[in-house]
Amino acid sequence: MSTVGTKFDSAEDLRQYRAHLLAQYDPAARRVRVCLGTGCTAKGSAKVMERFCRAAEEFGQESLVVQAKSTGCHGFCERGPIVVVDPGNVFYENVNEEDVPEIWRESVIGGRVVERLLYKDEASGETATTPKEIPFYSAQQRIVLAHNGVIDPTSIEEYVAGGGYAALAKVLGSKASRMEPEEVIEEVARSGLRGRGGGGFLTGRKWRSARDAHGQPKYTIANGDEGDPGAFMDRSLMEGDPHAVLEGMIIGAYAIGSSRGYVYVRNEYPMAVKHLTMAINAAREFGLLGQNILGSGFSFDVRINRGAGAFVCGESTALMASLEGRVGEPRAKYIHTVESGLDGKPSLLNNVETWANVPPIILNGADWFASFGTEKSKGTKVFSLVGKVKNTGLVEVPMGMTLRQIIFDIGGGIPDGKAFKAVQTGGPSGGCIPAECLDEPVDFDRLAELGSMMGSGGMIVMDEDTCMVHVARYFVAFLKDESCGKCTPCREGIAQMLDILTRITKGEGREGDIDTLETLGTLLEDTALCALGKTAAYPVLSTLRCFRDEYQTHIREKRCPAKECPGLFQYQIDVDLCTGCGVCRKKCPVQAITGERKKPHTIDWKTCTGCGTCFDVCPFSAVVKV
Amino acid sequence: MTDTNEGTVATIIERYQGDSGMLIPMMQDIQTECGYLPQAELKELSSGLAVPLADVYSVATFYSSFRLMPKGDHTIQLCMGTVCFLKGAGKISEAIQREFQLVPGETSPDGKFTFSPVNCVGACALAPVMVVDGQYHGGLTVDSAVELLDKIAEGDKSTEDAQAGGGKKK
Ligand SMILES: Cc1cc2nc3c(=O)[nH]c(=O)nc-3n(C[C@H](O)[C@H](O)[C@H](O)COP(=O)(O)O)c2cc1C
Ligand code: SF4
Ligand code: FES
Repeated sequence: MSTVGTKFDSAEDLRQYRAHLLAQYDPAARRVRVCLGTGCTAKGSAKVMERFCRAAEEFGQESLVVQAKSTGCHGFCERGPIVVVDPGNVFYENVNEEDVPEIWRESVIGGRVVERLLYKDEASGETATTPKEIPFYSAQQRIVLAHNGVIDPTSIEEYVAGGGYAALAKVLGSKASRMEPEEVIEEVARSGLRGRGGGGFLTGRKWRSARDAHGQPKYTIANGDEGDPGAFMDRSLMEGDPHAVLEGMIIGAYAIGSSRGYVYVRNEYPMAVKHLTMAINAAREFGLLGQNILGSGFSFDVRINRGAGAFVCGESTALMASLEGRVGEPRAKYIHTVESGLDGKPSLLNNVETWANVPPIILNGADWFASFGTEKSKGTKVFSLVGKVKNTGLVEVPMGMTLRQIIFDIGGGIPDGKAFKAVQTGGPSGGCIPAECLDEPVDFDRLAELGSMMGSGGMIVMDEDTCMVHVARYFVAFLKDESCGKCTPCREGIAQMLDILTRITKGEGREGDIDTLETLGTLLEDTALCALGKTAAYPVLSTLRCFRDEYQTHIREKRCPAKECPGLFQYQIDVDLCTGCGVCRKKCPVQAITGERKKPHTIDWKTCTGCGTCFDVCPFSAVVKV
Repeated sequence: MTDTNEGTVATIIERYQGDSGMLIPMMQDIQTECGYLPQAELKELSSGLAVPLADVYSVATFYSSFRLMPKGDHTIQLCMGTVCFLKGAGKISEAIQREFQLVPGETSPDGKFTFSPVNCVGACALAPVMVVDGQYHGGLTVDSAVELLDKIAEGDKSTEDAQAGGGKKK
């Protein structure tokens, strides 16, 4: 499809263009959708796509329209490469290059299902043909991710055909039906939408402050820095539905009277940059960005800035410093960035997922949106459900769903018959929630009451083999590296905490360490300048609250109950299971293992450094932790 | 190296109309062109934009994606995100550092690899993940990671096959 020569001068032009696209759409055409998201690409989906494209090109039958197209992430990357065949929405997983001819012949052309590539329920052995029948998808409510995996993110036509930019057209419609900026803000405010970037600040209220702020130009910024390790929903959105983010931003910019926008994208996300760039160019060509958008007199344009690898730049004031070309150090927020942000001008910053919620709210109305979720947390939230859980991936659920539903119904529970231990939410500053709280509903306020937070939506599941001290240490080490160093409590306090935690995990913990950790935690909360420092101790404090015993066992008995901290447990060879194959002996980096061929081997505890290589390599699981 | 980059900085400054607020994108472009941030280029950038060299260097050292030394033939980004960490990225890191004499943030003595552990590459469903020259490799084990780098070091082009099957199991 060519985009040349399509420039809309009014909302009506856009409507007509959409009608034209839909009239062209042949519902009987055979389509194969190949996921080219980052996850599936890593597993070789580009080659799968190539083969399908070739098959489509070589296909000679005039009577049948065939098409192979690429989509963004479906969220079930673990099962990738994902291929879906239409009509029928037939969902294939783990598709290899070699599977292409069969899918093409049987499913695309023949209309028959290729049984062996369907999702299969582990317990019942039953197969699922469409996503609706797969537990991972059936309980989801996809509003923000509605287009992901369905449309080709590099095609503005597909976005428009699927109802894209209709919200913008509603806002900037003909003179008679145009929404006033105030009305737009009112709609967003009434929807109850809260920021998806972490704080959960009411979006409508933020927009109102930005509208009321004095100074020009005003800036509209999308935060796509997504620094929380374990979260990748913003990436998936920017890659899989970039126009939705742009459309939200254009509407927001109109509402506050802003003419310039930025998308700040994480450095590690090259595909997001590529797709956003294509989206911005296409939107400009269509007259949806730039001067006099849809003939309304409103002008707005967007540029992309790439982050440069600093977690703290996700923080609003640091992000703006970075956009100004400076080091990303936060400043005290006596004056809010909506009043004085980028270049000292009023600046409206929202998270990528927040922006993507705006078009559906405008299109379907505040009441519709507010019908999802809980009293104070409306709509849905995308979580990245990862870690020690069977089905990992991105899931979008209504706010208020319980942790158990998310982790067990959608996630399928814990693999390998292990027990659930905790789930970590909220990124490095979040907290661990123990098994007792599995039936708690997930929303902004409840998570905070549980001593954790929503954060950007990372949900990292941990099983009985995970040591909570070790995990807490991981987060503190992360934050120590990422502290910008501007203020002393954060710079020195986190380093102190890390020292103590490192000692504890090495079996050198002392009485009083726990008290010191708690004192430092409170100190940070009270005195650090930005939220990075203020919340840096949360992973420690929350694990101390729920898993204090585990800390104490490390300190008093020099033992790691989860058998994870090297040196605080021992590896042993089970003589009944060992076949004397000698793999461990060869692999041990310190030659701590001895034994004759075909006879049970032994580990010399004095030489062993506890690196765990033998445990990993033994083909007979004869190495055990004691 | 510097000779061939003649004119690069001027072109890049022009690309952003000399706006010193665009310092970071300019430095990113220089790094794309040169593979790292050579001293001569940074000096030229500093004088071209009238930004003190100290400021340019503070930016260069603050952001972890900037390199002040030439990069190796291959770049390795090992994901150290929470999920990769839980699934054993730490062990992979130790093993490849040992096997290939890598130091985080530096280039190996033989100039083959530049090793950067990164916070999270956002491919958690494939953990543990390593990105080599822009290619994602998921579902790694200590052995498969070492094997992959071995192959790359040998210049064996069959790595692409290894990668296609890499994420399938586990
Ligand atoms: C250390 C730190 C890192 C942050 N990282 C991000 C991030 O990666 N993405 C994001 O949207 N918000 C991040 N935030 C929150 C932002 O400061 C800001 O609140 C948010 O982008 C506002 O958008 P929202 O109202 O739509 O949530 C971070 C905050 C802190 C303190
Ligand atoms: S709290 Fe930490 S990250 Fe935030 S400004 Fe202070 S030193 Fe920097
Ligand atoms: S990348 Fe294909 S499902 Fe996520």
